Amino acid sequence: AGEGSAPTPGDGGGPSAPERVLFPPTFSVSEIKNKQRRHFMFLRWKQQQRKEKLALKKKRRKEREALGDKAPPKAVPKTIENQRVYDETTVDPNDEEVAFDEATDEFAPYFNRQTVPKILITTSDRPRGRTVRFCEQLATVIPNSHVYYRRGLALKRIIPQCIARDFTDLIVINEDRKIPNGLVLSHLPDGPTAHFRMSSVRLRKEIKRKGKEPTEHVPEVILNNFTTRLGHSIGRMFAALFPHDPQFIGRQVATFHNQRDYIFFRFHRYIFKSEKKVGIQELGPRFTLKLRSLQKGTFDSKFGEYEWIHKRREMDTSRRKFHL
Amino acid sequence: SPQVVWSMLGNRQFCSYKMTTKTQNFCRNEYNLTGLCNRSSCPLANSQYATVREEKGRCYLYMKTIERAAFPRRLWERVLLSKNYEKALEQIDENLIYWPRFIRHKCKQRFTKITQYLIRIRKLTLKRQRKLVPLRRKIERRENRREEKALIAAQLDNAIEKELLERLKQDTYGDIYNFPIHAFDKALQQQDAESESESDAEREEDDDDEDVDKREFVEAEDSELSDFEDMDKLETSSEEEQEEEEEVEKKASHSKSKGKTPLKGPARRKRPYIEIEYEEETEPSTKTKAA
Repeated sequence: AGEGSAPTPGDGGGPSAPERVLFPPTFSVSEIKNKQRRHFMFLRWKQQQRKEKLALKKKRRKEREALGDKAPPKAVPKTIENQRVYDETTVDPNDEEVAFDEATDEFAPYFNRQTVPKILITTSDRPRGRTVRFCEQLATVIPNSHVYYRRGLALKRIIPQCIARDFTDLIVINEDRKIPNGLVLSHLPDGPTAHFRMSSVRLRKEIKRKGKEPTEHVPEVILNNFTTRLGHSIGRMFAALFPHDPQFIGRQVATFHNQRDYIFFRFHRYIFKSEKKVGIQELGPRFTLKLRSLQKGTFDSKFGEYEWIHKRREMDTSRRKFHL
Repeated sequence: SPQVVWSMLGNRQFCSYKMTTKTQNFCRNEYNLTGLCNRSSCPLANSQYATVREEKGRCYLYMKTIERAAFPRRLWERVLLSKNYEKALEQIDENLIYWPRFIRHKCKQRFTKITQYLIRIRKLTLKRQRKLVPLRRKIERRENRREEKALIAAQLDNAIEKELLERLKQDTYGDIYNFPIHAFDKALQQQDAESESESDAEREEDDDDEDVDKREFVEAEDSELSDFEDMDKLETSSEEEQEEEEEVEKKASHSKSKGKTPLKGPARRKRPYIEIEYEEETEPSTKTKAA
């Protein structure tokens, strides 16, 4: 504000920029020492700005109407998704290399229908009531899953036992101060392990809906917006939790929607009211996940090989850069 | 002399290693054998003294004798004790032979305790170790705020509905839902509109002839269908259902199966919606047309 209205001493009267010099030199709002007066002047200035903006808008709209059909198309507003920094690992649907990778990675047996998912859900030590209830609800949502109490057992001991009993996935819900705040999802026969930060967990009774409990039918799965290579592998991890053939009679759908690196999980029951309209009703718990690290093997924090870790200093530098 | 030292430090004046509590006095000196502040366990007040200390998992026996009292640098003599418990005890014994009973006994006790806690450390490191990662408030706040904004930007309900409708269009649900209108729309868009509609109309009229009686039957079941749909939109829903039934019937006719289930069987034409309400009135006329 100072530069426009108050020319610096050097510029005043100088031949370098004669157009910008104002006579007499005005003051800027920020130079008033008295807070009350300054505030008043600032409000006045703000109102003036708003008026100008409104006038500009009106003018533009009038021009637009005047032109009628010849008017230029409306400008698309910028959103963060529009301005997203292009990620070079974005998966192209026709990419053969990715297709080949996916055919030979750890989820291949699942996607070839050789294995049926069987999931073990457990918590960290001494879970509080909320976490326990959340685990139970999660077990109803994910078919073929079992909840076991963790009585101080080491994960490294649990994992071989799980593999022996044919479990395909392990979910560990970490708890802090009586609320679940972390999720470790591990694909068992030597599969990748993903560690998430979980937030805004809502149990079924906290969701404003009037639906009944989720039934035993196998739900459908929707995975939205997993574009990059990393997102693809995470998406496959989620898909591998659910059995392959959803039972459409159940009309239930589990959604993992990725938006700006936050994965929102919702569980709905849908009904097709007509061919162009569908109604959804939310049942089941909801939570959001943010990926913290992806590890190649099963859970091993010390010696594991990390495929991706969220490093705040390097990765959070731009507001428009997302990794999933 | 040690007595003087003790009378000064231990009892009366200030000793920087001494820690007093309500019931007891402790000695913080690192060479202290028992940890208490006593005449017999003060390393400063005893000219002949020994301790056991451990460094990096190995235990050493430290000894101090009067002869070296003048050389602080060489004051404490250090002997590495063997890893074997019994051998170490023998080593202590042979090094502290002819030493006062108290010091010998306490050294061995201390050594025992040290070995025990070393064993415990080793066992614990094999078990799971919990690392506490502190939450950073600013970062937590920032992430929560971003999550809220992402939620708003996501428009989850819309996205899910869109996806479901996409799947419906792509026929992933097969024959469960009977909304073939979209198929008909696609056909329209493929510029075969008029011919198809004519042919369909003919077929429908043929079916109309057959299903004349069934019409009322079907309407009753329409209401059943609409039970789980919005009762508010009865009109529209019933219209849509009637359309649907038309479509289904058309599909059936396409597939040339005459055995239609009662739910899908009505004889309706797939004409603009408003007309459906008046269908019964206009149908005879159209039938005559077909004929």
